[in-house]
Amino acid sequence: MDYHSPASFAEASALAANATGVTRFLAGGTDVLVQLRSELVTPDTLIDIKKIDGVSDITRNADGSWTLGVAATGAEMSEHPELGSDWPGVVEAMDLIGSTQVQGRATLTGNLCNGSPAADSVPAMVAAGVTVSVTGPDGTRDVAVEEIPTGPGKTSLSKGEVISAVKIPARGDNAGDAYLRFIPRTEMDIAVVGVGVSLRLDGDTVTEARVSLGAVAPTVLLVEDCAKAIIGSTLDDAALDALAAAASAACNPIDDKRGTIAFRTEVAGVLAKRAAKIAYARAKGEKA
Amino acid sequence: MALDDRKTDFTFVGTRPNRPDGLDKVTGRAKFGADMSAPGMLHGAILRSPHAHARIVKIDTSKAEALKDVKAVVTRADFADVPFKPGLAGEFWNVLENVMAGEKALYDGHAVAAVAATSALAARDALKLIEVEYEVLPHVTDVDKAMAPDAPVIREGAADYSVPEGMHPNVVRYHESGHGDVDAGFAEADLVLEDSFVTEATHQGYIEPHACLGLLGNDGKGELWCTTQGHWIAQKTCAALLGIETSQLRVTASEIGGGFGGKTTVFIEPVALALSRKANRPVKLVMTRSEVFRATGPTASASMDIKIGMKNDGTITAACGEFRLQGGAFPGAPGDMTAMCAFAAYNLTNVKQIGYDVMANRPKQAAYRAPGAPMGAFAVESVIDEMCNKLGLDPIEVRLKNAAHEGTKASYGPRYERIGLVETLEAAKAHPHYSAPLKPGQGRGVSCGFWFNHGGETSVTLALSEDGSAQLMVGTPDIGGSRASMALMAAEVLGIPYENIRVTVADTATLGYNDVSHGSRVTYASGLATIKAARHAVEKLCERAAAKWDIPVEAVKWENGCAVPSGPNAGDFDPMPLADITAKMGRTGGPISGHFEATPEGAGVSFGTHIVDAEVDPETGKTTITRYTVIQDAGKAIHPTYVEGQFQGGAAQGIGWALNEEYIYGEDGRLQNSIFLDYRIPVASDLPMIDTVIVEVPNPGHPFGVRGVGETGIVPPLAAIANAVSNAAGVRMKQLPMSPPRILAALKDNG
Repeated sequence: MDYHSPASFAEASALAANATGVTRFLAGGTDVLVQLRSELVTPDTLIDIKKIDGVSDITRNADGSWTLGVAATGAEMSEHPELGSDWPGVVEAMDLIGSTQVQGRATLTGNLCNGSPAADSVPAMVAAGVTVSVTGPDGTRDVAVEEIPTGPGKTSLSKGEVISAVKIPARGDNAGDAYLRFIPRTEMDIAVVGVGVSLRLDGDTVTEARVSLGAVAPTVLLVEDCAKAIIGSTLDDAALDALAAAASAACNPIDDKRGTIAFRTEVAGVLAKRAAKIAYARAKGEKA
Repeated sequence: MALDDRKTDFTFVGTRPNRPDGLDKVTGRAKFGADMSAPGMLHGAILRSPHAHARIVKIDTSKAEALKDVKAVVTRADFADVPFKPGLAGEFWNVLENVMAGEKALYDGHAVAAVAATSALAARDALKLIEVEYEVLPHVTDVDKAMAPDAPVIREGAADYSVPEGMHPNVVRYHESGHGDVDAGFAEADLVLEDSFVTEATHQGYIEPHACLGLLGNDGKGELWCTTQGHWIAQKTCAALLGIETSQLRVTASEIGGGFGGKTTVFIEPVALALSRKANRPVKLVMTRSEVFRATGPTASASMDIKIGMKNDGTITAACGEFRLQGGAFPGAPGDMTAMCAFAAYNLTNVKQIGYDVMANRPKQAAYRAPGAPMGAFAVESVIDEMCNKLGLDPIEVRLKNAAHEGTKASYGPRYERIGLVETLEAAKAHPHYSAPLKPGQGRGVSCGFWFNHGGETSVTLALSEDGSAQLMVGTPDIGGSRASMALMAAEVLGIPYENIRVTVADTATLGYNDVSHGSRVTYASGLATIKAARHAVEKLCERAAAKWDIPVEAVKWENGCAVPSGPNAGDFDPMPLADITAKMGRTGGPISGHFEATPEGAGVSFGTHIVDAEVDPETGKTTITRYTVIQDAGKAIHPTYVEGQFQGGAAQGIGWALNEEYIYGEDGRLQNSIFLDYRIPVASDLPMIDTVIVEVPNPGHPFGVRGVGETGIVPPLAAIANAVSNAAGVRMKQLPMSPPRILAALKDNG
């Protein structure tokens, strides 16, 4: 196994482009090292991107948007004085992952690139409209988060491409987001269903919405029908029922050790309603 | 048998000092199974079957053996075909078959070969070079399917004489017991309820994986360090499997990171020794978590049918149960225990119970706290709860009306001596928890539970030092704070401070034979042995004082750590403290020690009653345990904090078993969830504060009244939680675990 710690993303990209066999980028390592130890994936090339300048920075840009380095950890996000007031759903989703120790290592980018449909931070990022910068042999391009995963353990990144930054849009006024997941326990578990909701209000009426579902299909889903069900409503019972129905209808889950098709389909609707109510309350400036 | 010298007033017993091993454990100084190393040590790794059931056609180890880092490879051929000792032949053969597969791999994870190499990584890599040719056979993992006529036969001829003719060869033991006339009893009933229940296998979930370091020479002399609940059984079993003399293998028990019954047998220890013998180097073996789940013993899974008759006033007129337990690809599922415990809490005129021990393609089951009892209690106490609901009766009143007491003929045969079931039920009824109002969406459940408890072979030595301190050697690994309890009991007899007594878990070369730390026996049996050994030492102390005072030894008694004249007629002498006697013992007759070697027989059965409140989310089926109270008879709590710890631990493990823990097998017979992420034991935030009430109805068979407390605490939770959940959800839950998908499906079916 070859280990590299490049000083720039261009260098990281070049190393990956020229590597043979299995290549993994190492940030927090909370998936890569676990897979290595359990012999699920034994990389031939390990490229540690933590030593690149600025990868742990969390920056609020002049336009109110945010740029997060790829090695910024869950703990750093949770402890940031302002990020959580702009995007409580994204921060809470990240904070749900693993233990206190894992929070000290785990990153949004790692959670995304692991390609799990059950990744907690991904539905929250999709709902929030987060994009990532992808650096490759041909330079850097911006890609929507929902375009990255293509199936369990698979991403759209091609050989030599590496995510070099995470960009969260400006929150703007009268808006809120939320993420809820279902687990049979209270923590330290993996989502059986996850739902992210981000919305904006004009008065009491929803004017913009993005709703995403996790763990109910081969990839995290951005469900337009869910957004349509609540846009233009005051999130009354009829809108919430329509939201739940749209969420359940969008599900394409599997029966496995973590849950059944029937359970996931039903609970996706339940969580969509609950998450939407929280996002709505946050948009109204209420504590939720 | 009652002891006439039972003590009732105590100085040290009943206090709560820090445990002597506590500092070592919180500072990392304690040595657990994987913490031992030796010069020249090799690292072992085990190749395991990926198939649930397969004939092993051929194993080619040549490529692995050719590696320079590999020093030994073993397969079943390397275990001598030794003549097993009479009486234990069957079980030794089963253990050997489990430790290393013979002609067939019998479950996913069954060991088929092992290597020892110069590093753990090299050993793991070498496994990939071992070529095994399998002929895959049909498999079965479900207990009811394993009994069906068309089920694949796991091993012909494994059944014993008890099994009625015509049963499938996978049924290997049969138990039937009871008394009275159940048909007549059902005819007297106002309500007869019959129902069926299913529980899935769960693992003990000890945090420390199995680990050992073995050294065995070609001269047949060996040393073994391992994490175990009983190093003498490890010694005896390893010696038998390797064809060496028992006494030539010295076994030392490490500190133990949990066992709960699962470390009462061997898995990797004989393999490490076989590798060591071949390599002529020490070999260390440490299991991964996945190996622990796949290849060590979970508890049995169960399928059960219950029929109970009750009068309108709550009197049970008859009870019947059939209990089918699956214990992996070997005999040993505790169908008999489940049957015998199921109705043991009740004073019944008519009762009948049948138990089956059934084999399936799963790992060999191991003991798990009160093995077999929790499943039976789940089925029986669920039916009683449902009958209380139907008849509008209070569940504690109904249990009190039918409760077993001193003199009751137990459902499994004998008459009870003094027992404390009624006292636990009265304490439950009086507890504020039982009358606390429930919120909407919440339900309350109660259940009783019973366990036999055990005595077992026990040796203890207590040696006094010149400075008046004492060292106590016990042979029962400390799995629940027993060193503290032993020191308290020795302090009570000797009359010296708790801190002046060092308790050591001695190795097999240092002390006589001891059965394993199981059967809730340690505080009872090693405790009794400690008291007797201390009294033995006190006799000698009194002899020395008598000699000094020149009075008969009968005229000396022991009081508050001193020899004193037994009365005014004995003479006028100042009390002689223990340290004054030991200071001169070299010149007054030599070292003073006390011993005990025997098999205490008066363990004293134990009962508990649990109260649980549960809240069910009707939209997701998720259960939250909102309040939990354990009430159990401890006889006499030597160290109340560790008694409470046992109560709370039983409830915590019961919550896991009831709600989320289960072995999940795929269609291919492979275990789907062999990591803690998907095998869902409760995390701390899943649990409420578990309140405890220690009831003390002294056991007449122990000098201080002790009853074991380690196991009874896991008997009531499954039923108590199922009753709470069923009452909260408004639908009877008959299958464990009551995971959210199952509860949500039951709610939907119920409309």
